[in-house]
Formats: sequence, structure tokens, C-alpha cells
Amino acid sequence: MANQDFGITRRSFIAGSGLLIAIALAPRALKAAQTGVPAGGGQELVPINTFVKIGADDTVTILSKHLEMGQGPFTGLATLVAEEMDADWSQMRAVHAPADNDLYANLAYGIQGTGGSTSIANSYDQIRSAGATARAMLIAAAAEEWQVPASEITIEKGRIRHSATGRESGFGAFADKAARQTPPAEPRLKRPEEFVLIGTDLPKLDTRSKIDGTAVFTIDVMPDKTLVAVVAHPDHFGATVKSFDDGEARKVQGVVDVRQVPSGVAVYADDTFAAIKGRDLLHVEWDLSKAETRSSEEIAADYVRRFSEAGIVATDEGNVDEAFDMAGVQTVEAEIIFPFLAHAPMEPLDAVFVKASDGSLDIYTGAQFPAMDREVAAEVLGMQQSQVRLNTQLTGGAFGRKAQFGSPYMQEAASVYAAIGSQRPLKHMWTREDDIRGGYYRPMYAHKMRGAINRNGEITGWDQVIVGQSIMGKVDLDDTSVEGASNLPYAIPNIKVTSHNVELAVPPLWWRSVGHTHTGFAVETFVDELLSKVGRDPVEGRLALLAGKPRHTGVLRRAAEMADWGATVPEGRARGIAVVESFHTFVAQVVEVSVDPEGIPRVHKVWCAVDCGLAINPNVIKAQMEGGIGYGLGAVLFDAVTLGTGGKVVQSNFHDYRSIRINEMPEVVVEIIKSSQRPTGVGEPGLPPIGPAVANAWRSLTGTPVRQLPIVNIVAT
Amino acid sequence: MVTFVLNGQERTFDGDPDTPLLWVIRDFEKLTGTKYGCGIAQCGACTVHLDGIPHRSCVTPVSMIDGSDVVTIEGVTGLEAEAIKAAWAAIDVPQCGYCQSGQIMSAVALLQMVSKPTDDDIDSAMTGNICRCATYHRIRAAIHAAANSIGG
Ligand code: FES
Ligand code: FES
Repeated sequence: MANQDFGITRRSFIAGSGLLIAIALAPRALKAAQTGVPAGGGQELVPINTFVKIGADDTVTILSKHLEMGQGPFTGLATLVAEEMDADWSQMRAVHAPADNDLYANLAYGIQGTGGSTSIANSYDQIRSAGATARAMLIAAAAEEWQVPASEITIEKGRIRHSATGRESGFGAFADKAARQTPPAEPRLKRPEEFVLIGTDLPKLDTRSKIDGTAVFTIDVMPDKTLVAVVAHPDHFGATVKSFDDGEARKVQGVVDVRQVPSGVAVYADDTFAAIKGRDLLHVEWDLSKAETRSSEEIAADYVRRFSEAGIVATDEGNVDEAFDMAGVQTVEAEIIFPFLAHAPMEPLDAVFVKASDGSLDIYTGAQFPAMDREVAAEVLGMQQSQVRLNTQLTGGAFGRKAQFGSPYMQEAASVYAAIGSQRPLKHMWTREDDIRGGYYRPMYAHKMRGAINRNGEITGWDQVIVGQSIMGKVDLDDTSVEGASNLPYAIPNIKVTSHNVELAVPPLWWRSVGHTHTGFAVETFVDELLSKVGRDPVEGRLALLAGKPRHTGVLRRAAEMADWGATVPEGRARGIAVVESFHTFVAQVVEVSVDPEGIPRVHKVWCAVDCGLAINPNVIKAQMEGGIGYGLGAVLFDAVTLGTGGKVVQSNFHDYRSIRINEMPEVVVEIIKSSQRPTGVGEPGLPPIGPAVANAWRSLTGTPVRQLPIVNIVAT
Repeated sequence: MVTFVLNGQERTFDGDPDTPLLWVIRDFEKLTGTKYGCGIAQCGACTVHLDGIPHRSCVTPVSMIDGSDVVTIEGVTGLEAEAIKAAWAAIDVPQCGYCQSGQIMSAVALLQMVSKPTDDDIDSAMTGNICRCATYHRIRAAIHAAANSIGG
């Protein structure tokens, strides 16, 4: 797939582990949670194929190759299997698949991975085939047992029947026999008009365990005698340990050992508090000779200087220079600065290592790239990969943070485990401070926008320069820096988009919706400004520029209708709109905003229309739109990781890296456009439009465009 | 030595008296439903009921709870708890789920104190609980639904 699809590739969601993880949803979850020890084995499940297992109790367990981090793949993938097997929803279960790049590759990018809002999109045919195959094998098994023609056997809601002889059975009784059948070469998949479950709201499979406290996350895995380790990290990116004094730390009750590791100094203890207390008492001298010592302000100033240099050309259509040079042309300009953003998933990074009696190793972690994590851990520990089992756990959010090429987090965790060389199980965890200060941020970016308006009031030129780090570490064009801008949907005759890759010691990473986090904002606020300069309505003006883009115009029209765009809004409020395509999904949002007592936007309501092709589970789609809106709104209103004078990270926890809270969350209404197109992702696409929609409403309300994020800062200054 | 009641059972703790209740519950009592999210009373993931009042267990030293009654997500029961959990399930509130134990403990305490909470009541009772997945919209709806289900 093209570059644009690799953008698709990485981040939102993924995969998992096998038997151990069954704890997430199976009946033994309760026991597992009470003891905190991951259960193994349990009720025998018969594997029918790579993705489907059947239990004697008629349960169907799907192996999710994608990580369940809240975005819903357990439910979505199970829906696809249940549909093709004609199973009853109540018999469906889901666990994470084992780490295996061959069996469980993400078909959008060739290795096992969850990201880029691809879980359903890449699995759609594959996992339905797995379900259809399992169904055919159950029927073949029943035909053999009952001595009747397979063509006379039906399955409905998990019951296998032969009506002529009145025979009936559940799946469990035929599991063994089904597993021995030859799979059909080409299983017949249902036509959309035959769907019974797809498109309906089914209760999510993981809801129950997340309500009663029994869901097991990595942090909850704690076999007896588990050591807990935390690492003292530097305040500066690129700093290394010069020397340290652990005298005080070692005196803490429960502290077992202190060791230097490549990323800092690790404190090992019998319990979490002792480890944290011990770390607080360490005195570490850091070597800053290779560290990033510039402040965010200095970095931004450097970015702005790059605007005038020649960049890497991403798009060059028509002749931009001529468009701006034309007589009578009015030029509109804007510079927009975006800060570093931490992902701050609710569960900070963690991993648990448990040595088995045969010398093999179990690792428990929330992995967006599980096979890569396993490879890296095995390398650090000097083990064969076959001796390491990577058990993907339910994960307390990720938003891209748990998908890293080269698995630097796992390198640290495995190094910490290796450094102590203990036979005891070990849990390595990051505290919130490590998480906020630990880098792998959405990079800082600076955009320079120029628009040309000719004397007829037409937008004739668009010139956009993007400066920032290449997430993919490229020297040439990085599509993740320009996606959403390089493929500008608006019909403007002369378009140029260029980018500059900048190197910093601050490690970059994709963050929910990747390039669209900034390109969506820049494009949608700037087009809004240009339209108002030429006196066009934001909706009607966009529609005029989107001829031949039916899915853009579809969501735009629908969101406008839902909000009754054009109706009078209450005194003191204004509305804004934005439409963004990301990861092949189209989303438009209308927001209604006022000024809150803090002087910042108060968002009262969001109307959201989404076109993600065929809707598998509307409830999950709506939840992801709501979540993307909340996560994105919090970021544009409040969030920045800032390097202060000397390059030290300023923020450290939720008191200064502010999260959106319930009182700041708008009412959200979501509508899904009916579609028979192939399903596309929803984990990320809800996010990009919210920022620009709010900024557009803010400009219309106050006359002030938003040129720097987060909004709370510009209001304060 | 600290003695307290945890989900109805008497427990003792004789480790470091500075240890926050959160880590006593998780590391020593092995009850893992109560979560760590920030350690500084900012996120509410660690919320438990202490003598019936929601508390951030991450900043509550165990030495302060001698003789207290502690209830965690594993032990919370009663009319309000059942109504809250049922409402949470009916509209599938959780996404990643990591914050939800804390959300539910705060929501149950709210309903125990205010049988028909307004949106403002919900704001003030629930602002201490961060949900990075931003399930807030459904949390609000579920609290109203739970209150209505009890009100009958
Ligand atoms: S962990 Fe206690 S409030 Fe965040
Ligand atoms: S459900 Fe993920 S943090 Fe609340």
C-alpha cells in the first residue's frame, strides 16, 4: 500500500497473547484478579484454526491479533467471526493472540501490529474467512456424525440442526471432530444482506470485567515474590548517568538492590512504594554533554527560521509562484506552532517478567507490536526468541505510545530485568512522572500557510510549509509529517506543500491520528480563514471546493444538518466546523462554543458525522468518536510538554499536564453514514476535526485566530 | 501495626507506615481492581471508600487508617453500587477500562449521598476522576440512568 496507508499503519490498536490472557475475559478472571497471578491453561479449548477456538461449553473464543486498549477490537473481530459462524453473541469470548509476525501479521503492514486504525480494515476478510471455515468444519463434523448430507444441516444462533431427523447440538460437542475436518479451500462468505449481527449494537465483550475490577492489566500481574523496579531517568533528553549515590535509597525498608542500566539507575524492591521511595532518595549526577539543552521556545524560533529555506516537496500542483504573483492577488498568511504532546495513557508503561522452571520466560505487557517487543527482549536477555513468550495484556490506553519501532521501552524493561539477574519475577513500571517526561512525544511542528485570493474572490493558491521531526526517522519525505496536507481535498488550482525534517534529541512518536493532529488543524483553520476573507459560509464554501469528493461532502452535509447549521445560536456562543479524512475514514464535526470563566473556549456540544464504510458495531464506532473528540479537545485546550530554559522538561504529572475532565466534556451526538464500502478504522479519525472546529468557532466568536496550541496558553498571555 | 477492615474483613499491616493505602491494597492484599494513575491525588484511579467517603488511596498513608473501614471495587455492594454497575454495563461505558474502578467508586459514593444528582452534582463529584479515553459523556448518562433506576 502507498505511503498514505503506512500512515495508516502504525498506531491505534492491537494484539495479543494467548493462553495467559484468557484471563481477561474468561470465567477464571475472578481468580486471576484476586491473586494477581496470571492463570494458565484453564478450560480446554479446541483450536479450529488460527483465529477460532471452541470450548466444550459451546463458547467460541477468538484470538485477537490486535491489542484491546479500549478501541474495541475484541468486540469488533468477535462480531465478524460470530456473523460467519452463525454463533450466538452470548457464546463469544476474546483473548489476545500470541506474538507471531507470520500468523498474526497486520495485513496493512506485514508485521503483527495494532495502529493506524487498521484492526477491522485489515482483518475484515481474513477473520470472516476464519469464522466461515470454522462453520463449514462444524457442519462437516455434524454430517459425519449424524450420517446426513452436509447441505441439509443449518446453524442458527449457535445451534447446529438437521431438521429432517430432528437432531440438534451446540458447537462444543463437535469441536474435536470439526478440528479434524479438512478446511474448505474457499469458504463462502455471507453477502451483506445476509448479515444478522454486523451493524447491530452488541454488548462489548470486555465491559463486564472492566466494571467489577476483575479485568487484568499488566500492572495487575504479580506472582508471588515479584520484585518491583523503577528507574531514575534524567530530566534532559540525551543525558546519561555520570555517577550516583544510592546510600540513602538502600536504607529504605523493602529496597533490595540498586543497579545502573543504560537508561538510568534502577531501584529494585519488594513492593512498589519501597521502589518509588528508594528512587526518590537516589542522588544521580547526569552527563549533559550530548543532551538537548534548548528550550521549546528556542526550538520553535529555529523552526520558524526554516520556513524560508528550501524544503522537501510533498505536493506541487499548478504553479504556486504565479498564483501569488498575479496582479491584484490578496495574500493571506498564518504561522501556527504545535507543542510536544505526551500520550499519557491511563496505565503508564509496564512489563512483567516471569521465568519458568524450564528456563523459558513469560513476558506480560500491553504491546502494539508484540512480536517486535519479544524479539528485542530476547536480544537484550541473550535468549532464543522461541524461549520467550510475549503475553499481550489488556492495556489501559496507548494512543500510539505502545507501538515503537525497535521497542525502546522493552529494551529498558528487559535491561532492568537482566541487570539484577534474579530468579524472582520482576515488574518494571513507569510512574506518571516517567510517562510525562519520558519523550516519544507527538513532535513539535511549525506550519507556515499562505493563501492567494484573486480579484474575483477565488482561492487560487495554497502554499504550506511544515517543519518538524520525522517520526519515521527519514531524511527524505516522511509522509507522516504531511499526510492530510499533501493530499489537500480542496479544489485549489495551485498547491504547494513542502516539509523540513528536523533532528532533536527528543524522541518522537505517533500520537493518536499522527500527522492529522497538526495538518488537520492547519488545513481546516486556514481554509476557514480564507473562506471568511472571501465572504463565504464555512459549510457552503467548503462544499464548493469539494466537488467530486462525495464522502467528504456527505459527512459535511450531515453534520451541518444535525446541528441545524445557520440557525441562530444563543447569545455569547458561536459555531465552527471542520472535516478531515484520516485512515480512509471521513469525519465532520460542528461545535458550539462560548468563553468560559477561565477565558478559554467552553465547548457545549459537538455534532459528529462519520463515514467509515460498513459499520460493524455502531456502538463501538460512536464510542471512538466520543473518545477521539474528548482526547483531542483536551490536547488543543490544555496540553503541551515544554522544554524549559536549559532543555529540562517542565511538566511532570496531571497537575501540569492537564487532562480534560468531566466538567469540560461537551455533549456529543454521533451519526454514522450508511455505507456499503469496505469498513475502515475509527480509533483515530474522530480526533482531527475537533481542534480546528473549536478554533474556527473561537475565531468567529472573538475575532482571534488560534496560532499556537494549546489554547489555554495564548489566552493566558 | 495498623489494623483496618477491608471489604468486611479485618486486616493488619506492619510494614512501612508511610506506605500509601493504594500499595497496601494492591501489593500486599493483592486486590488489583484499584489502580495507580498518578500517585498525587490528580486522577482518581485509586479511589476507594474510607468509612463511606471516597478517598484517593495513593495519598493516604496506611498509618492514617488505623481502625477504618475500607471498601474497594471488589467489595462495593448495595443498592447504589448495583444500580451504577448495571447502568455502566447497559451503555458500555468503559473503553480501556483502567480508570473505571475509580469512576465507579466515585459514582457510587455520589449516589449514596445524593439520590438524584444534577449535572452540577456530577461535575463536582466526578472531576477528580480522569478518563484518558474520555468516556465522560457516557459516565454522566450512566449516573443519571442509575439514579432513575433507583428512584423508580
Ligand atoms: S493514583 Fe491516586 S489519584 Fe491518581
Ligand atoms: S476507560 Fe480508559 S482511561 Fe477511562
